[in-house]
Amino acid sequence: MTEIVISIFLLVGASLSLLGAIGIVRFPDVYGRLHAATKSATLGVISIISGVFLYFLWIDGIVVGKLLLTIIFVFLTAPVAAFMIGRSAYNTGVKMWGNTQQDDLADAMRKQKKENQQ
Amino acid sequence: MLPTVAGIVLFIMSVAILVTAVRAVIGPTVSDRIVALDTIGINLIGFIAVIMLIQDTIAYAEVVLVIAILAFIGSVAIAKFVEGGVVLDRDRH
Repeated sequence: MTEIVISIFLLVGASLSLLGAIGIVRFPDVYGRLHAATKSATLGVISIISGVFLYFLWIDGIVVGKLLLTIIFVFLTAPVAAFMIGRSAYNTGVKMWGNTQQDDLADAMRKQKKENQQ
Repeated sequence: MLPTVAGIVLFIMSVAILVTAVRAVIGPTVSDRIVALDTIGINLIGFIAVIMLIQDTIAYAEVVLVIAILAFIGSVAIAKFVEGGVVLDRDRH
């Protein structure tokens, strides 16, 4: 029973990581690739580490606190890294996909530049 | 049962890392490469965690944690460097 639960955790995590990798190759621009990379890869790795933590907890009887620390760390820092990458991509002028309908940040930056000039 | 599942998971993770490495090589802009390398780092964490399970040792727990920290700091540093050429700045508006 415990092996089945651990196997489900591992397989779900691996599938999510593979989906994230496919999204990174298939999406058309940087922002879409960030979307694919951060959500699915992070959740997949968190699921795999949870499975390994449950393995050591149930079968060996050890509580590995560093794995819990890794889960918290990945959960907290992956959005921050994605935010920094997205901001640097926008500020260096990486083009969006041709079918993008809405760009709210461009309006906001134009308005702020006008306020700075006055 | 678990060693078989762990082997399958290792295979799937290697395919994921390989597919991501393709984007890191062909990426049109530098930001694409940063995204791909960040994802490779995150996938490497799961890879080493599965190796921990296969070898039945907790010796690699520190390795997992350090790779997580280095991937985060590396991504943020390269993103800042690409943006302005300055990694640590205090008064950016």
